[in-house]
Amino acid sequence: MMTETISKAQQNRADQFAAHEEWVTIGRRSDLIPGSGVGALAGELQIALFWLPELYDTLYAVTNYCPFSGVHLIARGIVGDVGGEPVVASPLYKQHFSLLDGRCLEDPEQKLQVFQARFYRDEIQVLQRRASGKKARAAA
Amino acid sequence: MSKQTLIVIGNGMVGHHFLEQLADHPDRDCYEVIVLGEERHAAYDRVHLSEYFQGSNAADLALGTTEQYAAWGVDLRLNAQAVSLDRDRQTLMLADGTELQWDQLVLATGSYPFVPPIPGNDREHCLVYRTLDDLDAIRQSAQDATTGVVVGGGLLGLEAANALKGLDLDTAVVEFAPRLMPMQVDAEGGLLLRQKIEALGVQVLTDRATQRIEDGEASRHRMVFQDDRVLETDLIVFSAGIRPRDELAREAGLEVGERGGVVIDDQCRTSDPSILAIGEVALWKNSIFGLVGPGYQMAKAALATLTGDNLAFAGADMSTKLKLLGVDVGSIGDAHGDQKPGAKLYRYLDEVSQQYRKLVVSADGRRLLGAMLVGDNSYYDTLMQYYSNDLDLPSKPESLILPASEGGSPALGIDALPETATICSCHNVSKGDIVQCIHDGKASLGEVKDATRAASGCGGCAAQLKDVVDHEMAALGMEVSNDICEHFAYSRQELEHLVRVEGIRDFHTLRERYGKGLGCDICKPAVASILASVWNDYVLEDQHVGLQDTNDTFLANMQKDGTFSVVPRVAGGEITPDRLIVLGEVARDFNLYTKITGGQRIDLFGAKLNELPVIWQRLVDAGFETGHAYGKSVRTVKSCVGSTWCRYGVQDSVQLAIDLENRYKGVRAPHKLKLAVSGCTRECAEAQSKDVGVIATENGWNLFVAGNGGMRPRHADLFATDLDTQTLIRTIDRFLMFYIRTADRLQRTARWLENLDGGLEYVQDVILNDALGINKDLDQQMARLIEHYQCEWKTTLESPERLKRFRQLINDDSDDPNVVFVEERGQIRPANQQERAKLIPASNL
Ligand SMILES: Cc1cc2nc3c(=O)[nH]c(=O)nc-3n(C[C@H](O)[C@H](O)[C@H](O)COP(=O)(O)OP(=O)(O)OC[C@H]3O[C@@H](n4cnc5c(N)ncnc54)[C@H](O)[C@@H]3O)c2cc1C
Ligand code: SF4
Ligand code: SF4
Repeated sequence: MMTETISKAQQNRADQFAAHEEWVTIGRRSDLIPGSGVGALAGELQIALFWLPELYDTLYAVTNYCPFSGVHLIARGIVGDVGGEPVVASPLYKQHFSLLDGRCLEDPEQKLQVFQARFYRDEIQVLQRRASGKKARAAA
Repeated sequence: MSKQTLIVIGNGMVGHHFLEQLADHPDRDCYEVIVLGEERHAAYDRVHLSEYFQGSNAADLALGTTEQYAAWGVDLRLNAQAVSLDRDRQTLMLADGTELQWDQLVLATGSYPFVPPIPGNDREHCLVYRTLDDLDAIRQSAQDATTGVVVGGGLLGLEAANALKGLDLDTAVVEFAPRLMPMQVDAEGGLLLRQKIEALGVQVLTDRATQRIEDGEASRHRMVFQDDRVLETDLIVFSAGIRPRDELAREAGLEVGERGGVVIDDQCRTSDPSILAIGEVALWKNSIFGLVGPGYQMAKAALATLTGDNLAFAGADMSTKLKLLGVDVGSIGDAHGDQKPGAKLYRYLDEVSQQYRKLVVSADGRRLLGAMLVGDNSYYDTLMQYYSNDLDLPSKPESLILPASEGGSPALGIDALPETATICSCHNVSKGDIVQCIHDGKASLGEVKDATRAASGCGGCAAQLKDVVDHEMAALGMEVSNDICEHFAYSRQELEHLVRVEGIRDFHTLRERYGKGLGCDICKPAVASILASVWNDYVLEDQHVGLQDTNDTFLANMQKDGTFSVVPRVAGGEITPDRLIVLGEVARDFNLYTKITGGQRIDLFGAKLNELPVIWQRLVDAGFETGHAYGKSVRTVKSCVGSTWCRYGVQDSVQLAIDLENRYKGVRAPHKLKLAVSGCTRECAEAQSKDVGVIATENGWNLFVAGNGGMRPRHADLFATDLDTQTLIRTIDRFLMFYIRTADRLQRTARWLENLDGGLEYVQDVILNDALGINKDLDQQMARLIEHYQCEWKTTLESPERLKRFRQLINDDSDDPNVVFVEERGQIRPANQQERAKLIPASNL
């Protein structure tokens, strides 16, 4: 069942993260497009955020970089499910990536990094390692 | 015989169904029909009322239109409330003082939401959930609200809670009973339901009796409960049950039930033989039926009473299957198991995957008396068949509610159902009716639906109807069409039919009725394309935007490096020097690579996402329109200069090309469409390699269709000869529309024609001889598309909300550092791999 897969995967994801992490606000709910994706900067990294109001209001976050095309465009992909697992289809060459664990369904070698994301009131937050001295990239 | 006056009071779902049945009846001309509706709207689909908050408008929900009623010769009066009946004189009075006389009267006044008598219940922002006007009021009130409470945790209450949540309110449900949906589920089921609903962020308060409502401190209201606990909220929706609107009947001295409802017999007659009552206002054997299905049965029985046909109302089943706040809940027959002594119970509870199921089985273990489902309704159809057809249960009945992995039995095959099994209970269609219909020559789901009306009530039986149709067609050796993807067991053609015939206007509704899951990158764009070619709504509306391929989402063509190309329309390939200069300037100012396309226009490459709106603002200001190069839609109409300049030309090919391109611009199709017009048989525009090609003759135009360049070139077929311009255009209209309706997804006209049974001759028969009788329909659909054309860029530029989407990053305005160009032949091009390695700082890769 879909619910089960999700809760398990969320658990896994939670386990991946060590204690040195914090929820960082990177935008507001109104920046999102329901049922679709947008790009955002999390620290130095471009990530793709997908908001699925119809799937328990879940917010998914993965890296925006598509390993097949070498372009930051995952956020522009269509979201959907394959056998109940939520996925995004990369818009150039159409590979599917799981939003739960980031793996590519067509090519086991490739995967996207997955982040924990949530709504905190009106804000979008992702769980990030605490800045380890490195300064965030200044907006050019 | 002079006509009798038949008055129907109430223009709701059941009243409408009654009129629909009457319109189909041979005796319809015996009556002068007057319908009184108190609401502003003609009858609409109350069952799907909540879709009004999900993008549907009043027109989408309409069941009856004033035109339809006029065509039936029915005198529909809206905003017309009946206030009193005079049974002796057989007259009634309207609120505005008009008096009307009846020979036959039908009460179809429905019910109203019960508002508990709590002090403060009449405060502003205390609302109910029953009519379109109610929903408008809720929407209005929610605008400056942050919290909302629904009083009543039953079926309608949860639906209202979902609506409040959808309006971005922090939502709570307050229920008097110890659990949610006390009518449908038991304690275990209620607990599970509660957990699931709380997990969605809706607060659930049970065992709460509201004592009074007063001014709040932080919010508009404060609700005070029996134990002096309080809850503050800005908005309250009462949904504590329904009460029949029997006031007219009551005052006129008709017999009404103790707890309301106009008493009727099996013929739907009230205690006054000239007055019938149907729908939620009627009380039959001490029961009110709060569902449309039984109401429709009553409507049919009432009509039979008038016309002397033999049909009685024999009660109705109240089993229901619902999705509330995304949670499946099903209830069949005696779900609580408290109606027959000796009934045995089986229960299955899985707290991890949050599912609960219960079977109520007769004492001898042979019959299913009832069932309850929470969390997964996929078991419903099979259980319902055992229940309603009194089938013998398997020796281990529990297998019916166990997951397949635990020894559950597979769903009951369609084979196992008797011919008498009811498939659609709203319209009372049995398996036998459907089978008969297929034997009578109906060869697709759509046709069966049109003929039997099955699945056009609440839609709950859609999946089962499809099973029966597929099964029967396969049994007859007819070909069963192929599914578009795992989410829809329908072909593109069938989906197109469903969307068009049922007036479906968004993906969500289509999926709720006919699909499953979230959808995918196959069905979403396919459905987006279907919706566009039926309704032609703006493709970036909230409900459509997530369906679009990237190119449609950003109204530009994404290239391999993630940048976009921009192609304004240059109809017929004709462009003034001034406009050409504008294009040049824009390309220069934004440093875009510029190339002439095969379709005789100009393509500007290398625009970054953030640049698209600025570039298009310049173009739109200069009078350009979008070229739809990004869509699976009509692209260009290529032309040669024709008779104006060319010494061989026999017709003005440029004028025709411009007219055609302007006519069909924006029309979306299963795949892209290319057209061309040549001014004489020398064919300089290469029209015979296009989907639609036109070649001038001395006497008019020759029309060619289904040509193709591309990977598998195909020479177009000659479709019709020497057409005058008007006939030519009409023929192209119909050809395109027929292709749009019947092709598979991403099937160009060439492959479509090759695969079509009967091929070219068939299409000629359909279009030129109207063999299917659909030409008028095709014309109307095309007219609608043309009428609804808009330059999508112009619309988008007017909406700051939509423009937000054109950002690489929501929290950073800088360019994507990963996009880099180098120069070649005096213009930019994307950097190749080695160049990128040198040019992009490592931290950004
Ligand atoms: C939100 C919601 C969800 C629902 N979901 C389902 C569902 O999933 N499945 C299901 O089977 N049922 C559902 N129902 C119930 C279903 O809508 C009703 O059973 C059905 O509408 C009853 O039809 P009716 O014609 O008897 O009453 P109505 O549709 O209420 O129509 C009665 C009409 O009569 C008018 N009227 C009343 N008095 C007068 C008067 N004196 N003069 C003139 N006009 C008058 C009223 O204004 C109203 O327009 C739902 C209802 C609601 C509100
Ligand atoms: S097709 Fe005929 S009219 Fe057109 S340019 Fe060629 S020769 Fe001239
Ligand atoms: S022919 Fe091939 S390379 Fe050229 S534009 Fe078409 S798809 Fe691209």
